[in-house]
Amino acid sequence: MKQDITLKREGQFLAFLKPLVGKFTPNFQRMDIMGSLKKTVITIFSVLVFLGLWHLGSKALYNKEANFKIEKALNEQGAVAAEAERACIASGDSSCQPNTLPSPLQVWASLQSLIADHKVITADKAAFVEKMSERNAQLIAQGKDAIVYTGRASFVDIVLTSIKTVFAGFLLALLIAVPIGIVIGLSPSLRSAFNWFIQIFKPVSPVVWYLLVFMIVKTLYIGDSSDNAFVISFISVGLCAMWATLVNTAMGVSTVDKDYINVAKVLKLGTFQKIFKVILPSSLPLIFTGLRITLSVAWMVLIAIELLAQSQGLGLFVWEEFQNGANDSNSKIIVAMFVIGIIGFLLDRLMLAIQNMVSFNKNESV
Amino acid sequence: MSTENTLETGTVQNGIFYSSQVMLDLAKLKKVYPTPKGDYVVLEDLDLQIMKEEFVTIIGHSGCGKTTMLSMIAGLNPISGGNIAVLGNPVKGPGPDRGVIFQSPSLMPWMTALENVLLGVNQVFKHATKTQRKDIAKYYLHKVGLEGAFDKKAIELSQGMQQRVGIARAFAIKPKVLLLDEPFGMLDSLTRGELQDILIEIWNKEKITAVMITHDVDEAIFLADRVVMMTSGPRAKIGDILNIDFERPRTRKSVLEHDDYYSYRKHLIDFLEH
Ligand SMILES: Nc1ncnc2c1ncn2[C@@H]1O[C@H](COP(=O)(O)OP(=O)(O)O)[C@@H](O)[C@H]1O
Ligand SMILES: [Mg+2]
Repeated sequence: MKQDITLKREGQFLAFLKPLVGKFTPNFQRMDIMGSLKKTVITIFSVLVFLGLWHLGSKALYNKEANFKIEKALNEQGAVAAEAERACIASGDSSCQPNTLPSPLQVWASLQSLIADHKVITADKAAFVEKMSERNAQLIAQGKDAIVYTGRASFVDIVLTSIKTVFAGFLLALLIAVPIGIVIGLSPSLRSAFNWFIQIFKPVSPVVWYLLVFMIVKTLYIGDSSDNAFVISFISVGLCAMWATLVNTAMGVSTVDKDYINVAKVLKLGTFQKIFKVILPSSLPLIFTGLRITLSVAWMVLIAIELLAQSQGLGLFVWEEFQNGANDSNSKIIVAMFVIGIIGFLLDRLMLAIQNMVSFNKNESV
Repeated sequence: MSTENTLETGTVQNGIFYSSQVMLDLAKLKKVYPTPKGDYVVLEDLDLQIMKEEFVTIIGHSGCGKTTMLSMIAGLNPISGGNIAVLGNPVKGPGPDRGVIFQSPSLMPWMTALENVLLGVNQVFKHATKTQRKDIAKYYLHKVGLEGAFDKKAIELSQGMQQRVGIARAFAIKPKVLLLDEPFGMLDSLTRGELQDILIEIWNKEKITAVMITHDVDEAIFLADRVVMMTSGPRAKIGDILNIDFERPRTRKSVLEHDDYYSYRKHLIDFLEH
């Protein structure tokens, strides 16, 4: 039974990995293999259908824009210009290409070029460090700052910046929301005192949080020339994302099973023992459910906030590519979109694994 | 201390010493639950004295106020009127001198069997060393037949095994009084029989004054020195008390074969059917 449920739950995303993981109850082995084989086939099939539809759609959009360009040249400049435009588009020359939804192949090519670009930049960086090593050693010996590489960030660096920001934001959310949630959960009067605060600030949009944090951090950093984009973005991310954890922690702590509380009373456990041995462990599953939501919200709002804060992450990357309008900008945006989606998915899986590890009752966790 | 000693008198019956010191004294006990439709008087004028080293079972119709009475003795439920005293001292809130075994095992599911027992032992034997406390916990887990499951998480144990841990946890803190609220009510009859045997075996050794609610007439007779029958609510009180004069230690077989068994049984069933 249990096996069935987990399969159903994970099957939607990871059916094709299931045979590799191989955690079967012997009795159901045959059924499971048949079931996951079927799911694997369905998954592959649906991916192919998706790619096909995408390809056709992008082709249709490409033709529509190409025809419009040729027609426009015909109407405004005559038949010769129109023919030149047609030839230009057909030649693949970047100056006249329609700028629309890229096809799967173009996106694949962009991914390759981003990786190649990363390799170039990495090599460049290594060469720089090599070249500067002697100089830097001298500088450090003199008590001065070493010269660091300030070249262009590669796509991988950008992704890493985003991940770093989201983890910093998540950590901040955890450090704020869990302790406050516990305190609120323990005291009904504090709970009602905080309630309006939570209700009002929970629905505030990421952009507004960003502006608020910006106002404060800007002043705190006044006169300091160092880059505060990272600080602003992770604080904004943390503030946006912490609410689910706050609410869930308070709920978990305030709804501990009455039996456990009675046991604690009969044994006359002290306040400290009661909190750490009874209340907290019993609310861990709910706290982790909250943390999981927090992490996924953090990743979601990160993109918008990085864009606003001009932090060198995926959000800014996407926005700059859009502004840039180069020939492969659109396909780079789509690459970023997939990377964002896949990382978000992996982060959620990570949290789910941790959640299952700490929750004592496997049936309660989702 | 001195009052305790002067009270230490007793009678010898069937070659067994029965202490006549009053362990638990309920006097004019009253409980009122406020409800939207006005106050509901569950218990009124309830008087009951339970002697030291006595095993008392309580039967009565569902909803008559048995759990209410027990939770008031435990100090988990405030008293509306009258008194409850343990060895002459009025009950003020819960404490480890009154161990409770709840109907659901109420183990901390994130702890192992051993940790669950240690939770209480650590609290009560504050001056013992770590090893001593562990030994106490292990001893009682051994007594309930769980020597192989010390490190099993409570959630991984069956209902019956969980309730065994509950029994070990209650005895391990060496309470003056043990309060049991239908502890075997949720178990199948085979497991229930096993646990009754385990309970009575430990009890024979420790002789902790026990008050146990049950809805099973045979269980009530098998375990008790006295069966207390409660009238139906509202305003429930003690309706009748039946002395069970079987000698201890008892075996299920000897009890079932005893001449008085069926008259005891009839007495209880007659009471419940009226
Ligand atoms: N907290 C409460 N508030 C109001 N009524 C209650 C409460 N607890 C129990 N009662 C009522 O008191 C009566 C006795 O309950 P209980 O002591 O649980 O009975 P028993 O254990 O004998 O079945 C029942 O009618 C029940 O509905
Ligand atoms: Mg009850």
